[in-house]
Amino acid sequence: MNVEFYFMNAFTDYILHLADSTLILSQRNSEWCGHGPILEQDIAITNISLDLLGQARNFYQYAAALSSNGATEDSLAYLRKEREFKNLLLVEQPNGDWGQTVLRQYLFSQYQYLLFEQLQHSSDEQLAAIAAKSIKETKYHVRWSSEWVVRLGDGTEESHARMLKAVEELWPYTGEMFIPAEYEISFGVDLASIKKNWDEKVTAVLGEASLPLPEKVFMQSGGKTGTHTEQLGYILAELQYMQRTYPGAEW
Amino acid sequence: MFNTFIRKFYYGDIPEDNAGSSEIKKAQAPPSEGWPLWEIFIRSKQGLDHKHVGSLHAADAAMAIENARDVYTRRQEGISIWVVESKYITASNPEEAGELYEPAADKIYRHPTFYQLPDEVNHM
Repeated sequence: MNVEFYFMNAFTDYILHLADSTLILSQRNSEWCGHGPILEQDIAITNISLDLLGQARNFYQYAAALSSNGATEDSLAYLRKEREFKNLLLVEQPNGDWGQTVLRQYLFSQYQYLLFEQLQHSSDEQLAAIAAKSIKETKYHVRWSSEWVVRLGDGTEESHARMLKAVEELWPYTGEMFIPAEYEISFGVDLASIKKNWDEKVTAVLGEASLPLPEKVFMQSGGKTGTHTEQLGYILAELQYMQRTYPGAEW
Repeated sequence: MFNTFIRKFYYGDIPEDNAGSSEIKKAQAPPSEGWPLWEIFIRSKQGLDHKHVGSLHAADAAMAIENARDVYTRRQEGISIWVVESKYITASNPEEAGELYEPAADKIYRHPTFYQLPDEVNHM
């Protein structure tokens, strides 16, 4: 394997990792469509879902353009298997209640915001452009989700208890964001500085929400390299069902 | 899952809840106990006025702005949003339409239609 080929593959893997995390979170959020706790919030969460889908498409289109095996954005989303998906474990976790959904969104969006902040200065023009376009959406996702975390965390006795449970549920999946996969080392951003900023922001928001930060938690990892929790298979079954059953079907 | 009871307001109904505040409400009743109704005004373009576009529910002003952003501007309808809690709008009573508006109906001399405009003045 020559060096150029290796780097090309690693770069495509990195783009797919970015794409997969946004696609899977989009799919998860879309499960709320028609089930939101109140009409206005139903629209808000599905809006975020569509924002993420748009970001995923941009990344997939770019990955497809770089591939030499005729991949398209659709084949990348609909025809890869569980082990080929490189999304973070955090985004495949179930919606749970509204509290768990908004906390998952916040933990991810805060990370994604800091990531895009660096990525928009990437030496790769296309990645930089996608990040610069997406960061405005992400900024709003951070605002929307952090406000919800504060409302519920520092809300009623019940909402506080539910948020405590959500933190306990999701925290073990946050460590993975900052452990670089092999393909991330050459092209990715400086995860150490993102971690520092992420810790600061998240500590502040959870503090305002009266939610103590968990300590000494064993962190799960593996999503970035295709070792997923049991959740992803079910998500893909639903997401890919149509294309697998009627290959090539179009609207 | 939330067992949501959606309170229905008809246009012009003013909810009684005392929940208007620009501060983020931390302790709040669940939606089922009724978030107040807010009237939404959107400015579609620079230089135009804010126009009433509808109403929605929100726990406080900050959430009302965000809900309005998602409900009323997601297809590029606006560049500025005003929200006001519906209970702060005082509306005229439709039953008083007679004394309020009808007297103006036969006062055609209040319209500037009796001037001879020079031909050079267009679009009046």
